Formats: sequence, structure tokens, C-alpha cells
Amino acid sequence: MTTMVARRDERTQAPVPPTKGGAKDRWVRRAPLLPALIFALVVTQVPFLYTLYLSTLSWNALRPGDKPFVGLDNYITVFNDSRLRSALFNTVLLTAGAVLFSIILGLLLALLLDRKFIGRSVVRTMLITPFLIMPVAAALLWKHAIFNPAYGLINGIFGGQTDWISSYPKAAVIATLVWQWTPFMMLILLAGLQSQSNEVIEAARVDGANAWQIFRRMTLPHLRQYLELGALLGSIYLVNTFDAIFTITQGGPGTATTNLPYEIYLTTFRKFEYGEASAAGVVVVILTIIVATFALRVISSLFRMEDNR
Amino acid sequence: MRARLHNTIWGTVAWIAGIIFVFPVIWMVLTSFKQEQAAASNPPSWTFTPTLDQYAQIFDRNITPYLLNSLMASIFSTLLVILLATPAAYALSLRPVAKWTDTLFFFISTKMMPAVAALLPVYLLAKHLGMLDNIWTMVILYTSMNLPLAVWMMRSFLLEVPREVLEAGEVDGAGLITSIRKIIMPIVSPGLAATALICFIFAWNEFFLAVNLTATAAGTAPIFLVGFISSEGLFLARLCAAATLVSLPVLIAGWLAQNKLVRGLSMGAVK
Repeated sequence: MTTMVARRDERTQAPVPPTKGGAKDRWVRRAPLLPALIFALVVTQVPFLYTLYLSTLSWNALRPGDKPFVGLDNYITVFNDSRLRSALFNTVLLTAGAVLFSIILGLLLALLLDRKFIGRSVVRTMLITPFLIMPVAAALLWKHAIFNPAYGLINGIFGGQTDWISSYPKAAVIATLVWQWTPFMMLILLAGLQSQSNEVIEAARVDGANAWQIFRRMTLPHLRQYLELGALLGSIYLVNTFDAIFTITQGGPGTATTNLPYEIYLTTFRKFEYGEASAAGVVVVILTIIVATFALRVISSLFRMEDNR
Repeated sequence: MRARLHNTIWGTVAWIAGIIFVFPVIWMVLTSFKQEQAAASNPPSWTFTPTLDQYAQIFDRNITPYLLNSLMASIFSTLLVILLATPAAYALSLRPVAKWTDTLFFFISTKMMPAVAALLPVYLLAKHLGMLDNIWTMVILYTSMNLPLAVWMMRSFLLEVPREVLEAGEVDGAGLITSIRKIIMPIVSPGLAATALICFIFAWNEFFLAVNLTATAAGTAPIFLVGFISSEGLFLARLCAAATLVSLPVLIAGWLAQNKLVRGLSMGAVK
């Protein structure tokens, strides 16, 4: 990222800066905002505070009796729990794998769609379709209709008896996610490609630059922010992947595909370790905040760009 | 001439890529019209006599309440989101409050909070209030899930209203209601529709909260599919029929909103 600007407080991006009105004017301005703000505060922050509180209790819902305060004990358990560590590792691997492959494929498809050809809008509609299939339905479709060893499409077309999901659980989950998320990346990158000025590229071509040089030296740098945005938004959504794990592998075989959301789900609703699950939830929130900070920077730098245009 | 040849070649490649990507969906739709025997054949059967048996089956198995629950949760949460987000976006764009950047970033940060961290408190609270397996719980949760997205998206559409026109209207004595009706709405309404469609899509597809907080009474469409997870005694054709049916509303909404999709997904950061 060339511009490491977290926030643009100095330069207001709205067409008109807020005026210094009296108290009454300020409240008139605030009034339309308040319902949404209060709603968001109550529905998102209160549960989180409650999670913080629960994370300090030793509370297993199967064990009757009191729920003693244990301070940071649950956090120590969380950090020492090898299941959670492996879940963290799986989360990173699954997220990174899915984001990386979907960005590469999305970039290739966006480059194709950036050209003029017959039926371009039809192809675009076909390409976004996987993103619109309900995630659970998509996961089931891949699990049964594509990966199934007996009647799945892969073995049906190419032969063989491979049980894809038990042999390559992580790859199977990633393939499903990549199929669903490539359209998302493609749309963002296509928007980036189409915001590139044609005249500059034409000028470079007249000056004798070949297609690869134009791509390397002009298109890629221009796309950089869009690639970052796609990667970060994709990560934010994919880090929470639950549907695909729950449906395709149930976290298995063993714990091969158990990611953090699935592990916390198991801790909460299978082991009923409420305190521990809460502590793990808090840790996930903190990790997300770290990733999100980067995302916000990218988004605000895009605002900057839009402003300077 | 050479350029045209290039475009033909790359156009063909694009068509092939498009067909490969959409193929699983086509396969799903095709399979949904097969008999179970044809669906589970190896090698895959390409010719078959289409039947609606599988669709009849899933309606026999009572998919309707699930669809209605999804419809309710999605429509009511989308309405609520739009009602909350549009005035908020107005107060963050056209007549901004003093700390509008902080507020915007607060909204987006709630979107980034993983649902898994809020699940337990929400579950306990809903249980305490006797609101587990209640569709209104889902309406509230989906509203909060989509609110940041809608605020950011609506804001990006509202910023397209030219200030000069708005100011000229004010000078001519147009009140707030008049300027909303005559100036803002005509410009913003396509954006409003796209925002609503995208909120609808996310609410319709939501699974994590639904699977943990609903059961038989308020189960949404994705919950109906949970019964198909096990491979034991699987009915592939029936699964494909159910998957096609539950995906259909979103497919239509997404195709309708496709030009604005990228803007919604990027929170309005990419036009």
C-alpha cells in the first residue's frame, strides 16, 4: 500500500463540511442517525460485553450449580488448548487458500471479461451465478454431486474411485469456497479494470509497449488497491466460514478441517463449555479486529482515490 | 483485423470459462428433474425423461413453512434495514453530523465482528426471553447483520445527489419532504432497490445463526437442507430439487441487482 492512511480526518470527503450550528441544529442533524446507531449499539455491543463477562466464568451448562468467577483462566485454557491452536491454523490455511485461489482465478476472468466479445453480459451472468447459490446448497452440491466417490461428477467423468472428501478434506472445502468466491473477486477486479483510463493505455501502446508490459507496469499497479480490497473483504467473510465446514466435513476427518467458528460452535453446543467458548470468541474478535484494521485502511484509501479523480 | 481475431479467441476462452463455472449449477438443475436412479448413476446420465417428482416430494416433506419463514425473515429484516439505514446514511452524507467518519467506521466495524463471538450471549438472551426458535429474533439479527452494509451503500448513492440542485431547491423554498420526493428519491431509488436486494440475499442465505437459534417453528430455508448432509441413504435428485428451489429467489435477486452487486459487496467502496 502506497498511502498508509488510516483515516481521513483532516480532509472531509463529503461535499459539504459539517457546519458549526447551535445545539438545536446539531440535534436536528443527529436525529435521523440515532435509530440506526442505537440499534447497532444495542444489538452488537451488548452481546459482546456479555461475552466478555461470560469468558471470566467457569461455566459448563451440563454441570449444575454455581458458575464461579475464574478471571483469565479460560483464556489460559484457550491458549493452551491444542484443538484451538489447530483450529486457528486451519482457519488461516483455509482462508488464505480460498482467498488466494479465488483472487487469481478472479483476476484471469476479469481480464477476459474486460474485452469486447459476443455475449459478454451472458458470460458475466454465468460467472456470477455460483456466488448467488445459497452457501449451504452449494456445499451440499459439491459434497454429493461432485465429490461423491460413487456417483459424483469428477469420478463419473474422469473415472477412478477416489473419495475426494476423505482423501483431500482441506482441498475439497477450499475448492467449494473458491468456486463461490471467485465471482466476488472477479466483480471487484473488473470494476478496477474498467476504471482504468483507456487513453493512457492507448498512448503506451503507441509508444511500443507490448501487452505484457502494459499489464505488468500499468494494469497491475492500478489494480493493486482493488486486489487488496478483494483480499481483505474476502478474508473477513471467509474467516467466518461455517456453512461449508458444517456441511461438507463436519470439521473432519479428525480435526483436519475444524476452523475457529466450527470449533467454538462445538465447544458451545456440543461440549457446553460456555466460559471457554466465550474466551475463544473474544480471541477471535481480537484477531478479526487486527485484520479489519487493514481492511479499513484499504477502504479509506479507495475513498481518497475516488476523491482525487 | 488482428485485434478482432484476438477478441474472438479470448471471447471463446471466456465462454468456456463461463460454462465451466456455471456447470455445477446447470448440473444441479438437470439432476433435480431426474429420477433418483438416473441421478445416482455412474457414469452420469445425460439423457433422461424429465420429471417433477422430486419437487413434488420436497413439497410433500413440507418445505413450504421453511420457505415462508425465510421469506418473512428476509423481507421484514430488509424493510427494517432500509428504514434505519436510509435516514442514517442521509445524516452521514448530505447533512452530515459532526463526527460522521467515526460513525461510519463504527458501523463497518460491527460488520466485521464474527457472528460466532456473539452467538452464545444471543442464544442465552433469546432463551431467557423465550425467543428461541422465533422468526422475529432472526429479523432483528439479520437487521443488525445488514445494517452496516446498507448504511455504507446508501451513503454512496446519496453522495451522487448533486448539491447544487439540492441547494437550488432549498432557495426556491422546497421543504425537506419536497426535496426528498422531487430531488433525492428519483436519483437514489435504483440504489435503494439494489441495497434492498443485497440485504435480502444475505438474509436469505444466512445459515450460522439460523441453525443455532431456530428449530422446527422458525427454521429457515437453509435449515431444510440440513437433512441432506449425511451421505447415508441420500436422495441426490431430491437434494438438487431442494437446493434449486431455495437458491431461486437469490438467483433472481442477484441477476436483477448484478450491476450494483459489486458496489454493495464492497460497501460502496468500488463503483
